[in-house]
Amino acid sequence: MLFTVLTGLITSGLLIPFGKLIKIKWSFLLPLIPVLLFIFYLLHIPTIAGGTNLVQHVNWVPSMGVNLDFRLDGLSLLFALLITGIGTAIFFYARTYLKGHVYYDRFFAYLLLFMSAMLGVVLSNNILTLFVFWELTSISSFFLIGFNNDSKESRSSALTALSITGLGGFFLLAGLILMGNVAGTFVISELFSKHDVLLAHPLYPLIAGLIFIGAFTKSAQFPFHFWLPGAMKAPTPVSAYLHSATMVKAGIYLLARFTPVLGGNELWNNTLMIVGGFTMAFAAIHALFRVDLKGILAYSTISALGMLTFLLGLGTPEAIIAAAVFILVHALYKANLFMVTGIIDHETHTRDITRLAGLRKVLFPVFIAALLAALSSAGLPSTFGFIGKDLIYEATLHYEEHWALWLTALAIITNVGLVAAGFMAGLKPFTGKLPADFEKVHLPYPSMWIPPLLLGILGLIFGLFPGVVGDLFNNQAANAIAHAETGMKLKIWHGFNMVLLLSIATLAVGIVVYLVNKPSEKKLAAVERFNRIAPQRVFLRIGRSIMRASAWYTHTFHNGYLRSYHIKIIIFAELLLAYKLWISGPIKINWEELTPLSWYEVGIVAILLGALYIIVTTRSRLTSVVSTSVIGYCICLMFVFYSAPDLAMTQFTIDTLTTVLFVLVLYKLPSFINMTSRWIVIRDAMVALGFGVILSLIALRVLQEPNTTDVSSFYGENSYLLAKGKNVVNTILVDFRGIDTMFETVVLSIAAIGVYSLIRLRLKASEKE
Amino acid sequence: MKSAILQTATRYLLPILLLFSFFLLLRGHYYPGGGFVGGLVAAIAFVLHSFANGTANTMKILRYKPLSLIPIGLAISTLSVVAPLLFGLPPMTGLWFEEPIPVIGMIGSALFFDLGVYLVVIGVVLTILFTIALEQ
Amino acid sequence: MELLLVIVIGLLYSGGVYLILRRSMVKLLLGIMLLGNGTNILIFLLGKITKGSPPVINEAYKVFQDIYADPIPQALILTAIVISFALTSFAIVLLKRVYALVDSDDLDDLNTPEEEEL
Repeated sequence: MLFTVLTGLITSGLLIPFGKLIKIKWSFLLPLIPVLLFIFYLLHIPTIAGGTNLVQHVNWVPSMGVNLDFRLDGLSLLFALLITGIGTAIFFYARTYLKGHVYYDRFFAYLLLFMSAMLGVVLSNNILTLFVFWELTSISSFFLIGFNNDSKESRSSALTALSITGLGGFFLLAGLILMGNVAGTFVISELFSKHDVLLAHPLYPLIAGLIFIGAFTKSAQFPFHFWLPGAMKAPTPVSAYLHSATMVKAGIYLLARFTPVLGGNELWNNTLMIVGGFTMAFAAIHALFRVDLKGILAYSTISALGMLTFLLGLGTPEAIIAAAVFILVHALYKANLFMVTGIIDHETHTRDITRLAGLRKVLFPVFIAALLAALSSAGLPSTFGFIGKDLIYEATLHYEEHWALWLTALAIITNVGLVAAGFMAGLKPFTGKLPADFEKVHLPYPSMWIPPLLLGILGLIFGLFPGVVGDLFNNQAANAIAHAETGMKLKIWHGFNMVLLLSIATLAVGIVVYLVNKPSEKKLAAVERFNRIAPQRVFLRIGRSIMRASAWYTHTFHNGYLRSYHIKIIIFAELLLAYKLWISGPIKINWEELTPLSWYEVGIVAILLGALYIIVTTRSRLTSVVSTSVIGYCICLMFVFYSAPDLAMTQFTIDTLTTVLFVLVLYKLPSFINMTSRWIVIRDAMVALGFGVILSLIALRVLQEPNTTDVSSFYGENSYLLAKGKNVVNTILVDFRGIDTMFETVVLSIAAIGVYSLIRLRLKASEKE
Repeated sequence: MKSAILQTATRYLLPILLLFSFFLLLRGHYYPGGGFVGGLVAAIAFVLHSFANGTANTMKILRYKPLSLIPIGLAISTLSVVAPLLFGLPPMTGLWFEEPIPVIGMIGSALFFDLGVYLVVIGVVLTILFTIALEQ
Repeated sequence: MELLLVIVIGLLYSGGVYLILRRSMVKLLLGIMLLGNGTNILIFLLGKITKGSPPVINEAYKVFQDIYADPIPQALILTAIVISFALTSFAIVLLKRVYALVDSDDLDDLNTPEEEEL
């Protein structure tokens, strides 16, 4: 399984250097990848349908519990098949759709990256690797939404999508880590047995909440739904693939995956039911007001995602199997409709459904594909959508008595909206009279219309033989979600009962709505008046105020003046050190331990302080340099007095050399100008004195601590015995801590090379001038 | 800054100071001194010479660019670090000749290490100062 | 003597901090050097200062017979002194180059004001 994830990643990387080849003639190789992966997963159907799960384990960062663990069960297989299967269709389609595009190679690199990442999400058996892949899908989605990078709208939509899903990812990571810590394992298959531990833990609501936010942002649930319509700025194959069939279902996958781990209590179920229920009804109604084909599809996708969340929230075996079926149903017809929309857009250069009509005459095969999708979405008997709808009603009707009626009503409203929206997108552009300006529209290459047609036909076949589909993967997927046998059989015909009645009623009302509802710009404008209180605005406003706050912060604290940074850092350090000194108690001076003063020491200190005073006050550069070297020589003398001959020699030579260096470079520069005002000088002097006083106090404080000399005495005693040297400082440098000295010489060399190249560099630059 | 006295003086000072610096290097293991100080003193000797006779002349005496001393020095100290590996000992283990050599005393890998440091220091200081001086 | 050294440390730090708060690049560099000197003395002081007994073993013996100055701070400071020379020389050359480019010692002249609209 690892290789299926890696293939795409590696190919994606290879497209950077070899993209040119792909552009010219090797592009037929690209769809081979999803095809092969699809076949690979098809071959696994018998194993998984038999009830066995595959596990693969590759060590990655074993010390942190992050391993490349993969696991294939019914749910993963369903998603893997969707990803590779729809991927196959999309790759064929996009090859033609984007033919001749400047960023052709880049597009496929992103698409492959996404495919691998998404496979990684559904196959990971480790929640941390799952998260890594999860974020990768967000990133690839960001690139694909902003694919037309010269359009401002594309860019801002991409940013919105990334910030919403990225924000969600942030919460998700927190949730996953918390969950892993509470359960004591990051391996998903081990988490199943920790269900009770997690549910009883006081942190459970927090974990569930964080994971909800992650899933809801990704799967565009209210109030995070608004990034999805914006994501439609991406090229249509991307919308079909990422933003309806696969990526947005990652959130659903996550919820389904963790239902056996975290689900099964009121908090989990009710949240999902409320959020999903609201989202599905809200978006279904919203879809009816759109005039842009992709807008309709975007909102109906949100609605479908809401439906899935809702079904997972119901949590009954019927609901879970309904969800498993609906994932497949929706992916099939929605990807189909998106591709059809892409063809219409490609050929007529408009997506406005008020203008589109009668295209069946010029785009007949496309019409068939769209019709199949629309019927499936409407849930007409003998389509796969019918089975899905039936199961949904069955699930709501069989819920707890008290709620069943309300939930069913909610599902009916949503389905009516979806029926109408499906017809608007799939039927409306093809019916009626063909406007004159579309008469010259011609059919695109078969590679564009065959994929949607195939998906449509597949939907029909699945609808006719639901039992086969159920046995092959849906049942196992449902079992994986429930982590138990659901024991449901998909049937084409349930007999005359309440469910069938509701289905027919939904269809009828949906058709009526479709016929009556005439979306127009005016209606759309009326709906958009509510935008002011829409979540999108709220998020935008929050985003802007964060930006303003950071701008203020940046302007105040990062003003670009070095001394202003210095003074802030120093004052902060002073406060911190002063606080530490304050809490560490009073300072006592042990007068007896002090070394006695002698007159020459006082003399040297006096000279040192005098030189210091001159440096600070002088206006002459040379004077200050000379005074600095005087300070150095004074320190050198102190080293002489206090038994450090090596130091004294080093200090003396270095000081001499530094002075030479200064004189060589600086003697030409003009003298200092006093540029600061009086009060700034006073302020700086106060800060500086404060720092000095604090440092002095710290020195006193440390002096009163007892001196531990274990290490020193080790060196002292072993200097001759081990290192055969009698100068302990030297043995430390060349023997005990020789590696340190070694690297010190390396640092010196780097400085010399730096100086050398800096000067040579300048010479060359000036030579050029 | 050319003065006859200084020029004459440095003619004698240079070898003396170099000898002194080498002396500091060799006795560093037993008395104050060592590679750092030795290298610095040697560098000062050359700097003094360049003051009196001009940097170009000093470069002539040196024959090679001071920059080339750096890799030589680094190589010598690295060798002394890894040499014990040849004898199956961990790196940095001190290796010593059995018999002391007159004047210098015991010779061991530590001395070679210090010699490397000595050369690197001379190379670094002279590179820095001479590139700056020549650029004026 | 320790008290005197404590005062010297404090004043060296004060002087260093005061100088790095100036606008002049040369003063900045001198300030850094003063801070370095202050730190060296601080480290030296913390190893308990001892008079007249360097950490060198007497010729006649193999181990110390008497008290001796702490060798570790000395080794540390020796390293610090040499490294600070490398730092100073690089900074001086950098300073020289900046001076040649902007023809000023004023740190503020290095700022190219960029007003970015959000």
